Order: sequence, then C-alpha cells, then structure tokens
Amino acid sequence: MSKTLSTAPLNRHHLFDQVFRYTTLFFAFLVFALLAGIITSLIIGSMPAIKEFGLGFLVSAEWNPVTEKFGALVPIVGTLVTSIIALAIGIPVSFGIALFLTEMSPPWLRRPLGTAVELLAGIPSIIYGMWGLFVFAPVFAQHVQPWLKATFGDIPMIGLLFEGAPMGIGMLTAGIILAIMVIPFIAAVMRDVFEIVPPMLKESAYGLGATTWEVVWNVVLPYTKIGVAGGIMLGLGRALGETMAVTFVIGNAHQLHASLFKPGNSIASALANEFTEADGELYTSALIELGLILFCITFIVLASSKLLLAQLKKREGKVT
Amino acid sequence: MISIYTRRRIINAFNLTASMLAMAFGLFWLSWILFTLLQKGLGGVSIALFTQMTPPPGSAGGLLNAIAGSVVMATLATIIGTPIGIMAGTYLAEFGQRGWLAPTTRFINDILLSAPSIVIGLFIYTVYVAKVGNFSGWAGTLALSLIVIPVVVRTTEDMLRLVPNGLREAAAALGAPQWKVVTLVTWRASKAGMVTGVLLAVARISGETAPLLFTALNNQFWSADMNKPMANLPVVIFQFAMSPYEDWQKLAWAGALLITVGVLGLNIVARVMFRKKSSFN
Repeated sequence: MSKTLSTAPLNRHHLFDQVFRYTTLFFAFLVFALLAGIITSLIIGSMPAIKEFGLGFLVSAEWNPVTEKFGALVPIVGTLVTSIIALAIGIPVSFGIALFLTEMSPPWLRRPLGTAVELLAGIPSIIYGMWGLFVFAPVFAQHVQPWLKATFGDIPMIGLLFEGAPMGIGMLTAGIILAIMVIPFIAAVMRDVFEIVPPMLKESAYGLGATTWEVVWNVVLPYTKIGVAGGIMLGLGRALGETMAVTFVIGNAHQLHASLFKPGNSIASALANEFTEADGELYTSALIELGLILFCITFIVLASSKLLLAQLKKREGKVT
Repeated sequence: MISIYTRRRIINAFNLTASMLAMAFGLFWLSWILFTLLQKGLGGVSIALFTQMTPPPGSAGGLLNAIAGSVVMATLATIIGTPIGIMAGTYLAEFGQRGWLAPTTRFINDILLSAPSIVIGLFIYTVYVAKVGNFSGWAGTLALSLIVIPVVVRTTEDMLRLVPNGLREAAAALGAPQWKVVTLVTWRASKAGMVTGVLLAVARISGETAPLLFTALNNQFWSADMNKPMANLPVVIFQFAMSPYEDWQKLAWAGALLITVGVLGLNIVARVMFRKKSSFN
C-alpha cells in the first residue's frame, strides 16, 4: 500500500502565510491611517476657529485671548523668518562640511568627523534651547549684536533689520540656533549624495586640469543638485517644526517687527507656551488651527524633499 | 594682472579653506554645547539627584520622579511602538512589491519621521486627552510611541532589504512557508540592524519634550498612576530652566547633562552595533 502525503500541514502553513501577510498589511495600513487621523483630528479640532475667522485667520496679526480675536500672521511670519535665517547660514556651512568630508579629509578622519556631526543631530532640542538662552544669548548680545548694529545699522533698509536693543533673544538668535540644529541633517544628505557621483566623472575633470573646487562646483554639484535640494528641504522641514529650541530664545511676543533683534513668535513656540493655559473653546481651537497650518507647511516641504530625492535615485539607476 | 591659472588656484585655495572652516564651525558648536553641559551639569550630579523627588523652590531635592516617569513612559512607548513598526516595516520589505499601499505608506512614513513632534502631541491631545478629560502618563506614552513607529518602520525595512535574496530563496527551496522564511530567516539575519533601529528610536524619544507638554504634562510628586499627569525629565528641565530660582536651574542643568549623556550614549551604542553587523557581512 502506498503512503499518501497528507495535505493538512501544507494547508495549515498556507493559512499561517495568509494570516502573517495580512497582519503585516494591517500594521502598514495603520501607519497610513495615522497620517489621515492626524489631519482629520486637527481639522475637526480647529473647526470653531475656522468658522469664526475664515481665511482672515492667515493674514490677521491680532492675537488677543481676552477679546478672543486671533490671527496667525505673527507666528507664521516668525516661523518662516527663523527658518530662512537658519537655511541662509546652514546651507553654505553644510556644503563646506560635505565638501570637506568627501574631497579633502584624510580617510581615517572621515568616520570620526562624520559621526561627530551626526551626534550634533542627536542632541535633544531642549538642550539647544537651554544652551541658547543661558550661554549663547548673553555672548551674542554682548559681542555680536552691537557689532552687527554698528556695521549694518546705518545702511538704509538693511539697517532696519538690526534695530533695537541687543537683548540676546529674538528672531535672529532663534534662526542661528536653528541653523546649528539643521546643519547635521543637510550636511549628512549632501555628503551621501556627493558620494554617489561616479569617480570616473570626477577623474575626467581632474584629468583635464580642474582644481578641486572646480570639480566640486562644476561637476559634483550639477550632478547631485536634485539630491542637494532634497537635503535642503529636509533641513527646512526640521527647522519649521522645531519647538523647544525656539521657544527658549525667540522671546514669545505676538508682535510684528522689521527688526530681527526684537522678540517674535513661531507656530511651534506659541503652541508650546500657550496651549496648556488656553481657556475657552475658541482659544484652544485657534491654537489647533496653528498646528494644522504648521503640519500642512511641513507636509508640503517634506513631500517635495522626498520627491526630489526619489528622482535622484531613479537617475542614479540609469547612469550606472 | 594675475594670470588665469593663479586666479583659479587662489579661488580653489580660498574655497577649500572656507570648507575647512565650515567643518571647524560644526565641531565648534558641538564642543561648546558639550563643554557647557559638563561645566554646569556636573556640579548638580549627586546621589540626591537619583534618590529624591523634585523639590519646591528653595529646598534641596533630586529628579527621581522625573527620571522614573521618563523611563516608564519611554519603555512603554517602545513596547507599544516596536511591534507595530516591525510588522509594518516587514510588510514594506517582504510583501509590498505590488499595489499602492506599500509605496504610499513608505512615503507617509518618511514624512511622519520628520513631522514636527509638537503636532503629534496636539493630535494625542485632541483624540485622547480632550476626550478623557485629564493629562495622563498614558497620553504621553501614546505620543511617544507614535514617534517610535516611523523610526522602527524605516530601519526595519532598510535592514530587511539588506538580507540577500539567496537566503530567502534557499529557505523557500527547502519548502519553508513564507511566514517561516520571514520570521526564522530574514528577521534573524537582520536582528542586529533591527535592534539598532529600536535603540535609535529610544534615543529619539528620550529627549523629546514637545509632545509631552500637553499629554503627560508634569507632576511635582511621585506618581505610579498612569492615568494621572506624570513627571518626566524633559518637561521638568523645561519648567526648571525657565524658572527664576537658582537651585531649580541647577537641577535643570544636571538633568540636561543626564539626558544628553543618555541619548548620545544610545546613539553611539547603536552605531557600534550596526558597524559590527555590517563588517560581519
């Protein structure tokens, strides 16, 4: 009598396979649902404010909890201005760091230096805030701000940016601290994309007699420009949403000034400072709407960063 | 008139020097921050820091309840977030070749990875704290676990993709069903990398302040009740640092040193583990 193979274990495994597959699918879907949940809950939470103020919320500079008049202009401007300062300082420095790490550094120094810069990204943001308020701001107020004022203060237009008493805290300080915080993110992406440039391309340029700088500026940078842009957007996304570091040093004042020395406010720091103290439905919901605006801005920035980097990856596949 | 060659050489030398200065600039901030922390924080580190509760202003105390709260919330958040992250990451790497879900989830996960953490706090506030009616340790835990998930998803997927397909095929050729291939072969092969991801996630949430501000809030006293507001290191540091009392500020610096040493330590351990793993390959 021939022995027949039972199909029972096979069926059982087939069932397990399905169960396992759908379990992982469920959790992947959960991540997807999380984003939808965040957006929906923020929209529902900010409904009272949206109904009350409409689109005027975006352009009104008034923020008065007593009369319950709220406008998001000051925090939005503060968020954008500090992030722009951060990028203005952060981009050239990150570029320099990436250039140093990929082209100039002796190989044995590359890893420790790269790690050191990445550690800068690991320091919790509250530490940056404390350090900024207690250590950096006094030094900045004493030595740097008077100098900035003396140098640029008399130039028309630009001078307006540096008006006011050198207090150490304010938009400029927040921007500088943000710059230090985004440098590791941008530098890491730049270094990674610089490294994917085919050596043949660089060697050809060197062979034609180009200097290191010319190779980087005319060969490496054009080749990687999409990736570099992606890295910058990633840094911008970080800077826009940064909370604690900015809360410590921006001064938290709902005022609109041309001067960068004056205290201001950003969306994230307004939330951090006022949310737990907000009483009344309208106040809370106005703050939630601020959060919604912040989430939308960072979503757009991060999504474009992802798309840019993905494009680079696609091209990388074709070239090699 | 300088010749074009000299000019090119000068430009080159100038820009390379600037690049070196940029590198020095980056290291300068790192060392300045670490130096400040050691200088201001070391004085506050003592036995009392780990054995006493947060004091009212003007009296001596430690950070015991805050440290305990942070450890409890970070641990629970890791326990909640890790399995979700690993399962989702497994789907992306092992099953997500077809369909729209995997690419979309990957995209969304990368956005959540860098999304402002304060918005996560806001989300938990609206869906949990506002419904329950009070701030609580659980709310803080949930907020932190939402930060753990994207980190773990990302590293799990990356690590699983590093596993050579030959391993999967060999197991399949021996007749192993797919769930066994994944759990007994690919997960095992990428264990070190996945642990690295979890460590990085723990490092990330240990220092997070913003999502705890309106979820766990803070508590002056010892509390083991997860349904009550819970003390935690970052928020205590924030409150104490912003206060006008000198002894509170001193505690804040000691706490800041503690967190930084912990977070950087975890980062370095994770890196070393991962490097060992990659040199093994």
